[in-house]
Amino acid sequence: MVVPSLKLQDLIEEIRGAKTQAQEREVIQKECAHIRASFRDGDPVHRHRQLAKLLYVHMLGYPAHFGQMECLKLIASSRFTDKRVGYLGAMLLLDERHDAHLLITNSIKNDLSQGIQPVQGLALCTLSTMGSAEMCRDLAPEVEKLLLQPSPYVRKKAILTAVHMIRKVPELSSVFLPPCAQLLHERHHGILLGTITLITELCERSPAALRHFRKVVPQLVHILRTLVTMGYSTEHSISGVSDPFLQVQILRLLRILGRNHEESSETMNDLLAQVATNTDTSRNAGNAVLFETVLTIMDIRSAAGLRVLAVNILGRFLLNSDRNIRYVALTSLLRLVQSDHSAVQRHRPTVVECLRETDASLSRRALELSLALVNSSNVRAMMQELQAFLESCPPDLRADCASGILLAAERFAPTKRWHIDTILHVLTTAGTHVRDDAVANLTQLIGGAQELHAYSVRRLYNALAEDISQQPLVQVAAWCIGEYGDLLLAGNCEEIEPLQVDEEEVLALLEKVLQSHMSLPATRGYALTALMKLSTRLCGDNNRIRQVVSIYGSCLDVELQQRAVEYDTLFRKYDHMRAAILEKMPLVERDGPQADEEAKESKEAAQLSEAAPVPTEPQASQLLDLLDLLDGASGDVQHPPPLDPSPGGALIHLLDLPCVPPPPAPIPDLKVFEREGVQLNLSFIRPPENPALLLITVTATNFSEGDVTHFICQAAVPKSLQLQLQAPSGNTVPARGGLPITQLFRILNPNKAPLRLKLRLTYDHFHQSVQEIFEVNNLPVESWQ
Amino acid sequence: MIQAILVFNNHGKPRLVRFYQRFPEEIQQQIVRETFHLVLKRDDNICNFLEGGSLIGGSDYKLIYRHYATLYFVFCVDSSESELGILDLIQVHLEVVFFIAPKVFVETLDKCFENVCELDLIFHMDKVHYILQEVVMGGMVLETNMNEIVAQIEAQNRLEKSEGGLSAAPARAVSAVKNINLPEIPRNINIGDLNIKVPNLSQFV
Repeated sequence: MVVPSLKLQDLIEEIRGAKTQAQEREVIQKECAHIRASFRDGDPVHRHRQLAKLLYVHMLGYPAHFGQMECLKLIASSRFTDKRVGYLGAMLLLDERHDAHLLITNSIKNDLSQGIQPVQGLALCTLSTMGSAEMCRDLAPEVEKLLLQPSPYVRKKAILTAVHMIRKVPELSSVFLPPCAQLLHERHHGILLGTITLITELCERSPAALRHFRKVVPQLVHILRTLVTMGYSTEHSISGVSDPFLQVQILRLLRILGRNHEESSETMNDLLAQVATNTDTSRNAGNAVLFETVLTIMDIRSAAGLRVLAVNILGRFLLNSDRNIRYVALTSLLRLVQSDHSAVQRHRPTVVECLRETDASLSRRALELSLALVNSSNVRAMMQELQAFLESCPPDLRADCASGILLAAERFAPTKRWHIDTILHVLTTAGTHVRDDAVANLTQLIGGAQELHAYSVRRLYNALAEDISQQPLVQVAAWCIGEYGDLLLAGNCEEIEPLQVDEEEVLALLEKVLQSHMSLPATRGYALTALMKLSTRLCGDNNRIRQVVSIYGSCLDVELQQRAVEYDTLFRKYDHMRAAILEKMPLVERDGPQADEEAKESKEAAQLSEAAPVPTEPQASQLLDLLDLLDGASGDVQHPPPLDPSPGGALIHLLDLPCVPPPPAPIPDLKVFEREGVQLNLSFIRPPENPALLLITVTATNFSEGDVTHFICQAAVPKSLQLQLQAPSGNTVPARGGLPITQLFRILNPNKAPLRLKLRLTYDHFHQSVQEIFEVNNLPVESWQ
Repeated sequence: MIQAILVFNNHGKPRLVRFYQRFPEEIQQQIVRETFHLVLKRDDNICNFLEGGSLIGGSDYKLIYRHYATLYFVFCVDSSESELGILDLIQVHLEVVFFIAPKVFVETLDKCFENVCELDLIFHMDKVHYILQEVVMGGMVLETNMNEIVAQIEAQNRLEKSEGGLSAAPARAVSAVKNINLPEIPRNINIGDLNIKVPNLSQFV
């Protein structure tokens, strides 16, 4: 008994009736079995219906490949109903990878040349969707003929099919280029739209075509002008703008043609101004056209006045109530701020308003743009706004905002005092989000501004007294109090109100920092050293300080303990040297010839120095151990200042590296260590302009089967040399030749003393911890002579 | 150009899937799912532009979507703006003009189906494809004149009807639809400038 096959709607209803995924699958599988049987039987009457059902389940994600051949049969049928579904099936199921797709070429050819218009339309649509290169080559002549047929319906489809063909077979450009000129004279919008798309495609692919089509610029201008000045037309208008799609396409083409071409740009100028001023912007369609106009103006060689107009339009977009428009406007202004800075500057107030957006992506764009707009004349006002923003912005933007403010302050600070104030403010508001070098930069800055020492220390003291939780602030404050404690107590400072500070208060504050749970180990180090320095700055006796120092001699933190013990020793055995040792720090010298470059590249330097922060304190103390191993001497240790010159130094040698030309004679690399597949290599560089400097790159590689983790490499050199270690690239080397760890050593050897190097490695390998200490032999002579 | 047009409902069920670039079937389904998840996460008051997921070729692709009542209309477009190797002064991240395209499509559907609703899309998936083919072809916008589009569709429908036979049986379809559980559809859907009402069933073709 033949069961009448389901209609598409019936099947859909059944599928929707299924309560569970499994039920749905059952229904569909049953139906697919029927469909397959029907295909096998070759039933021509119901074939289109079966395929329609198959396409439906295909959309839901079920396999439908067995319908591919049926598409061919349906396309070959003479009924429109069959062809319709057949072509749709071809577009959805067939593609270049199936050999079957070539079989429809013949059907398409027949339909193109002999079919009625709807059929021709179907064939063209299919060709433009899934036509492969061979098909396109075969059928190009047919499509070309259709370009000049009377029916606009077929013509417009033929044109877009031509675009597809050119994409697949670029040589066909020569076939489809000649008709374009004539097609441009058509009035039918569909044809025009297709033609503009075709011309755009041709120009994109060949500079020769681009030059050829420059001569149609006047015609394009005319078409666009007609569109713009045309009255309201129900046929093509969308939200009151006549055919915005066509307008946008023409504007795009004009952009391509006018780029870097004076003459064309000039021809377009008036029209662009007209479009820019006359387009109704109350709805999206108008905004789309306007936006495209702005882009075109900015991209061609337009008159200065026009560019300003364009930027102003973007500025108006910023006030649009639609978020999307505002977002687009901010993005575009950001792009323009380099090339048309003064024009964008005019919209600074609006941009700053956008900082107050609740939409996070909008406020982020506004932040970027605001930072780009800061210059020396508006820096004070902008900083105020940005600092207000910093206080209320979402946390993920804080870090960017803080670093942006600091960078801008560094570039444009009108006075040193303002600069210090700004950094101070950032540290108090967003201290935890600032980058590591902010502390170093600030101390450098303060150190250099002698006239502001008193002012700085006073302000820092006040800030510290209020809040000891923000670590960067505390560190800077502790350092300053230590250095300029005498100025603090002297009490007279013209810049701010005189404040009587008691010695005991100062000491109490530093002790509080020292004892607080919130203080990082580094911070406590700062505080302890500051206390020590105050022993020479303050007038009273040093009992309190001595007490603290001796208490911390038994602190569990090794670093603090070390310091405390040394300070204690300083009090007891070397009191005569104490004043000299704790003198005011000399200003850290930035390398002379690099100074100008630094000013320009401070931004990059700040980013680079992020990559190589100052080595942390514990390493320094263990270094001293290694030094002991090397020389056997102890005690008479020249105590290194807690804040290495390395912050400035980090900047210097980082800026060094890119400027260093390759050394005249490369020193050979040296393999210094191997154990169970883990190797350590040293490579040497001696920059020619600094003969005392030696840069060693240590590379740790791992060819074993097990990962190396927690890798730490430390080094020691004789006392007459100076060594700086930079942070390693990581501390894990994956097995089997994974990414090696590199670390840079910087050795200063002004006396050209023979180089000796002792290395200490600790790491975990094959679940065991390994420690190796060894001296490097066979150091090449060139590394120190 | 437009890479894909997807229509799915609030639960992610596909109502129309049209790719203008060829992907294998599993990838197609994955793209639909991924797009749905991306679009669903969006709050109603942030931009309607999205960076596309990883499957559709990476960062050069944008999703532009519109939410109409129970349906999402998503156009996946690429930013075809780089020409002749010249550095673009302005790199547009968002194709504002394509923001209009969903609206045109929906309005055309509205005209063809007379106050279209989700059910129409469900039960006449093939017809929706035919309508779409008159608006977008090969990933490019073909025609924006609604009258022309509607006239073409009607001509084609007449052609089909005139061939008679099994395809012309509106009565059966209507009765099938009448048995559908209607309460799950909102009665009146107001989406700004389009007013979608639950349709008069006798007009089903």
